[in-house]
Amino acid sequence: MAFTNEQLERYSRHIILKEVGAKGQKKLSQAKVLIIGAGGLGAPAALYLAAAGVGTIGIVDADEVDLSNLQRQVIHTTPDIGKPKVQSAKETMEAINPDVTVNTYHTFVTSENVLDLIKDYDFILDGTDNFPAKFLINDACVMAKKPFSHAGIIRFKGQLMTYVPGQGPCYRCVFKNPPPKDAVPTCKQAGVIGAMGGVIGSLQAMEAVKYIVGAGDLLTGYLLTFDALKMEWHKVKLPPDTSKCAVCGEHPTITELVDYEQAECDMKK
Amino acid sequence: MKITVAGKIKEYDDGITVAKLVELENVETPEYVTVTVNDEFVESHDFANTTIKDGDTVEFLYFMGGGQA
Ligand SMILES: [Zn+2]
Repeated sequence: MAFTNEQLERYSRHIILKEVGAKGQKKLSQAKVLIIGAGGLGAPAALYLAAAGVGTIGIVDADEVDLSNLQRQVIHTTPDIGKPKVQSAKETMEAINPDVTVNTYHTFVTSENVLDLIKDYDFILDGTDNFPAKFLINDACVMAKKPFSHAGIIRFKGQLMTYVPGQGPCYRCVFKNPPPKDAVPTCKQAGVIGAMGGVIGSLQAMEAVKYIVGAGDLLTGYLLTFDALKMEWHKVKLPPDTSKCAVCGEHPTITELVDYEQAECDMKK
Repeated sequence: MKITVAGKIKEYDDGITVAKLVELENVETPEYVTVTVNDEFVESHDFANTTIKDGDTVEFLYFMGGGQA
């Protein structure tokens, strides 16, 4: 597939980069990325991945756009209120870049559907807001040998890490098990500064693009944290020994996917 | 002794345990924090009997759950 003149112009700032080039841009156009959650993290990630010309973008979310989402979920606009988030996200992505094919999945991720959702994709972005989903996505990606980006945001803080099979620890290596429901606050309970989704979600898109074009070093084996009040970044080296992990270790005890209980306050919309 | 906590060099008394450091560093939700000392995990049931030595590097890793709704 050769680029049209219009595409050469659209992607010119990418193509001129030696780490991307026409070759990398072609890889992007052939890549398939799945974004789970069209919210604070998924919204900016989806915008950048669509703009970057990622050929196929899947987006999973069961919710409709709510007025309280618009403070940070920049892919949705005021007239989108009430619309499924996946539909609103698809419309915005297609408006940014008609080269992109957007697949929508208007559903929650569950132990029943997650493996099927991720199976056709090259890279997964976890933009979910709750620990049951985060552990489920991690375990599914480990079992299906899919690379993924974990991220979380709360108040003025954010974190992310990248898992690539065989190249370092998974989310469960670090965090073991979900905290009991309501033990650790979520965004709805604790609040989150809107631009944090932009900061961390954009970095998830960055990791996806780097993975696809094969540029630089990924956040495998590291947890990157950001404190916006102190304006401090901290890159924490994670213990490299994954052998004892319950899911990605040498003798996994988790061999089936688990639906953990959701925090009460997040069950109701 | 001097130790590195979350990337910053700090002065603490010799012989301090991970449990004590968690307390002195005002770690939020200490029951659910992941701790590493010199790039190795310290299990939460070992916090009270793990002593930190001069020059050690300690990290606290927190659950951050938000992002979507
Ligand atoms: Zn693991």
